[in-house]
Amino acid sequence: MAQIALLGLASPVLSVSDLTRRVRELLDTDYRLQDVWVSGEVSNVSRPASGHLYFTLKDAQAALRCVMWRPDAARLLAPPRDGEAVEVHGRVSVYEASGQYQLYADTLRPAGEGLLYQQFLRLKARLEAEGLFAAERKRPLPAWPARIGLVTSPSGAALRDVLHVLRRRFPLAEVTLAPTPVQGDEAPAGLIAALQALNRQVHPDVILLVRGGGSIEDLAAFNDEGVARAIAASHAPVVCGVGHETDFTIADFAADRRAPTPSAAAEIVSPDITILSEDLHLRQARLAETLGERLRTLRWALDEQRFRLRLSSPRAQVAGARQRLDDLGVRVQAAISTGVRLRRVAVGGLVQTLRAIGPAAVLERGYAVVSLKDGGGVVRSRKHVQPGTALEVRVADGAFPARAE
Amino acid sequence: MAKRALKAPADLTYEQAFRELEATVLHLEAGDQALEEALALFERGQLLAARCSELLEGAELKLQQLTTAGSGGARPVDLEEED
Repeated sequence: MAQIALLGLASPVLSVSDLTRRVRELLDTDYRLQDVWVSGEVSNVSRPASGHLYFTLKDAQAALRCVMWRPDAARLLAPPRDGEAVEVHGRVSVYEASGQYQLYADTLRPAGEGLLYQQFLRLKARLEAEGLFAAERKRPLPAWPARIGLVTSPSGAALRDVLHVLRRRFPLAEVTLAPTPVQGDEAPAGLIAALQALNRQVHPDVILLVRGGGSIEDLAAFNDEGVARAIAASHAPVVCGVGHETDFTIADFAADRRAPTPSAAAEIVSPDITILSEDLHLRQARLAETLGERLRTLRWALDEQRFRLRLSSPRAQVAGARQRLDDLGVRVQAAISTGVRLRRVAVGGLVQTLRAIGPAAVLERGYAVVSLKDGGGVVRSRKHVQPGTALEVRVADGAFPARAE
Repeated sequence: MAKRALKAPADLTYEQAFRELEATVLHLEAGDQALEEALALFERGQLLAARCSELLEGAELKLQQLTTAGSGGARPVDLEEED
């Protein structure tokens, strides 16, 4: 007979599937195992053609099979390597076909990052509550950064990149480098001292705080509380340019502006010299244009006045008078001629009339003028004539003597 | 408007010269000055623009480095660069 019942209870006989399913349900319904971070050492990494990632996480006492499906595995910056210390996130379940419990992983990270990340979140929350990251605290960047302060490693690529950009865009600037380590234990103190020294000695118009990208451990100094406070306390506005595109450090939040890379930080603060040059030319052109306009306007005004002056000048007046005089002269002449002509006609008429009524006409008609001889006067009456009086008879064509009978 | 003594362009920084040039152009455009003053403004503007040009042409990024331990002062550093 098969079983010996313990405590008198009869144990049912389960199939393998049943048992396995039970175990699976047990795990699936334990909420603590459905969202779990596990740390361990990686081994047995396998990535078959399917693209799925299989590996084992182990420590001194135990081992855990892990599988990460292809979509999640593809998102990893780098696949885990044998011997690497990692933290893996996922849920625990059973692969029934092989009776294997395993961790179905969705993401993993280098070990230790988890702790640092926690610290980062806590510090961020605390400083944010203090108002250190408030938008109102952010200062505008100067339009004309004649003096630029630079806080970075003297041997890093960030320095070279920043100088390259500044030389291209804004060679008019004066750059002061405050060299400091940007990672490691001495970094936080070095960054703080650099910021303070620049503000105290150089009084720059803006400060660039830059370094290349790195892991969360590499960037630890930029998540340091003291550094964040030094940034906030900086008299000059601070532009933070740490070379990682996506994540933010505490320094990014504390700074007045955040740039995704050191080069971008340099670009943000500097005006572009080609634009400056164009602007200069524009103003020179406006200057010349404005003056040209002015002169043209003045010249027109002058010409107008000249014209009007000419019209009313003494010479003009004389010429005008002369003209009028000539006009009058002509008219006078005309008038005189006409007058004379008219008079002539009138005189002619009178003469005609005179002739008609003059003695000659009378004589023509046959009358004679009898007068006493030797100017004795015209005889008008018979009384003046006696027989023998000597007379002169004048007729139309002459006179002859006569004696009265 | 009181007449301020104008600095010689050679003494002006780019920013100063450019600002004055801006103001000069605006002043001239406002157009309410006598001809002699307008001509004087124009001449000044030309000098300022020339100064700015000169600075832009000859500009070379100046780099200096703080002495360590913040003991005060900075020393100039040559830019040794491979671009």
